[in-house]
Amino acid sequence: MAFAEAVGPRRFLTELPALGGALIIWSLFAILAGPAFMGAQGAAAYLNAAAPLGIIAVVVSLLMIGGEFDLSVGSTIGLCGMALMLLVGQAGWPFWAALPVIFALAGAVGFINGWLVVKTGLPSFLVTLAMLFVGRGLTIAGTRRLAGRTQLGGLGVRDGSLAHTLFGSDLPGGLHVTTAWWIGLVIIAGWCLQRSRFGNWVFAVGGHADAARNAGVPVARVKITLFMATAMAAALVALLQAVRYDGADALRGEAMEFRAIVAVVIGGTLLTGGYGTVLGAALGALIFGMVQQGIVLTGTDADWFQVLLGVLLLVAVLANHSLRKRLLGTA
Amino acid sequence: MTRISSVSKHSPMNRRILMVGAALGILASACTSEAQPTDERAGIRIAVVTHGQSADPFWSVVANGVRDAAADLGVRADYQAPTRFDPIEMSQRIEAIIAAKPSGLVVSIPDAAALSAVIKRAVAAGIPVISINSGADVAASLGVLVHVGQSEYEAGVAAGERMAAAGAQHALCVNQEIGNAGLDQRCRGFGDALARAGKTSKVLGVELANPDDARQRIAGAFRADPGLDAMLTLGPTGAEPALGALQQLDSARSIRFATFDLSPRVLEAVRDGRMLFAVDQQQYLQGYLPIVLLTKYVETLALPGGGKVIATGPGFVTRETAARVIDLSARGIR
Repeated sequence: MAFAEAVGPRRFLTELPALGGALIIWSLFAILAGPAFMGAQGAAAYLNAAAPLGIIAVVVSLLMIGGEFDLSVGSTIGLCGMALMLLVGQAGWPFWAALPVIFALAGAVGFINGWLVVKTGLPSFLVTLAMLFVGRGLTIAGTRRLAGRTQLGGLGVRDGSLAHTLFGSDLPGGLHVTTAWWIGLVIIAGWCLQRSRFGNWVFAVGGHADAARNAGVPVARVKITLFMATAMAAALVALLQAVRYDGADALRGEAMEFRAIVAVVIGGTLLTGGYGTVLGAALGALIFGMVQQGIVLTGTDADWFQVLLGVLLLVAVLANHSLRKRLLGTA
Repeated sequence: MTRISSVSKHSPMNRRILMVGAALGILASACTSEAQPTDERAGIRIAVVTHGQSADPFWSVVANGVRDAAADLGVRADYQAPTRFDPIEMSQRIEAIIAAKPSGLVVSIPDAAALSAVIKRAVAAGIPVISINSGADVAASLGVLVHVGQSEYEAGVAAGERMAAAGAQHALCVNQEIGNAGLDQRCRGFGDALARAGKTSKVLGVELANPDDARQRIAGAFRADPGLDAMLTLGPTGAEPALGALQQLDSARSIRFATFDLSPRVLEAVRDGRMLFAVDQQQYLQGYLPIVLLTKYVETLALPGGGKVIATGPGFVTRETAARVIDLSARGIR
């Protein structure tokens, strides 16, 4: 709490390294990849690649500011995508009837994560790591058992229908509608964090849980809510991808949990909780998308993507670290 | 590395600039390391996007085919693949490539539902597209010029004909991945060819993740059916347990044994006469041929095949050729 208050007035400074990073990466690829990267089509290519990660990262940043990790988001994308395909594609449910079910499923996964963390006091890193394996294993084994395959195509959402417009359509300029969901979530989550009482609770819980509890903050409720929110974000991404790519496979969302953490950390959020911003996480996802697509556009072997990403992560952590030192006079 | 440590006394700001510089340097050197062709073909740039994971030896051979063809022709070809099986990331990369407007695009289509929209976009953007490896059945409907790969059913038929010619009467087809449509087609082609020759066959399902169990079940199938005198496995993950199973059986019983796809142990078994042949889809050509085809298409608009599948397989590795293939395989081109 005290930590957050100390930074309060200068909180916008938190995004500076991420913003600077995004500009540097953009300039780097503008030079190396040229007009293909700078043009509208290139911009759409990296924004579209960043959007699903951005949706996850924005919500994960709230959770991480609240002092917890969720390593199960990637497997929840797989689980919800396959659940949707099994209900609609295999069992013949109407699309709109299946929607509440997959969000309820995600909510249950998030609730179990949060409840276990709060009740057992175990690190969320371990609890959600276990959930990652349970979720992924269930997805693969369950769909093999029920459908005999691990890849289900044919969701059959028609072009021009409401579902397609909301989840699978393109905006002007070749942007996927996913980018609109991303921007919407940045605004909602940003408002929640900076302007609402819940946001103050999140900072308090992540900064010092015991002090927060003594100050009357419902710590357990805040944490469980945050875990449910990350799982719901995973369900949203599963839905957007299943509609756009007309199906799902059991491996969807693999490694998304780590990518989200990388994006959030590049965006300036502290691994220890209590400090960070939503906009920073969104910029982290944008950097991720620019690096992934920029490397493709330079024609470099994609294996370099991971090298550059690792270097970026280090640079970001160092930059954030020294900025915080300067702001607070301490590490 | 040494340079970074030598300036460690400088301010954090300098260090940060240096790190960014290092990132730039890594990327720049990675981009310019390729030889720049000097003739008029230097302007031809072909992008290759597959679903093959970079660490998979099968796909390294495809990537080497791409690289060799580009060097032989003096064109530029960039090979890209996500680090995991991820059709969505493939689709994202193809989207970026469309923005770069290459002279040609080569793709594999492991998930037609996820990839068809972006492939159609590439075609609509006027980029000539060739598909390789998987996607033979959907290629034409997406506007792909030609598919370069192996028809699994036809390859199964060819294996069945060879097996019948070798004197098999009653054969077992061992499927290590029930549910994989491509493997089902191999078994079906094999069985159909044997049936046409008046022979019989049956299918045994095993689990590739459990080689010990697979070995016991294969040995059990032969003990239970004394008439079985031939076996086809559908990949090294089936062939290697099958080799173990055959050792458990009565040595007087001779089993004609063949497999799909190559591995070092499969090649040694063929060389030593423990296996009749290995069916090879010769994936080096799935990397090499599309670069040749697209270069010629850009230069002359000529294209063989009339929109059909250009078969890179089945090729057969037999006792006569196994030793040479072992050499070529060590060089990453078979």
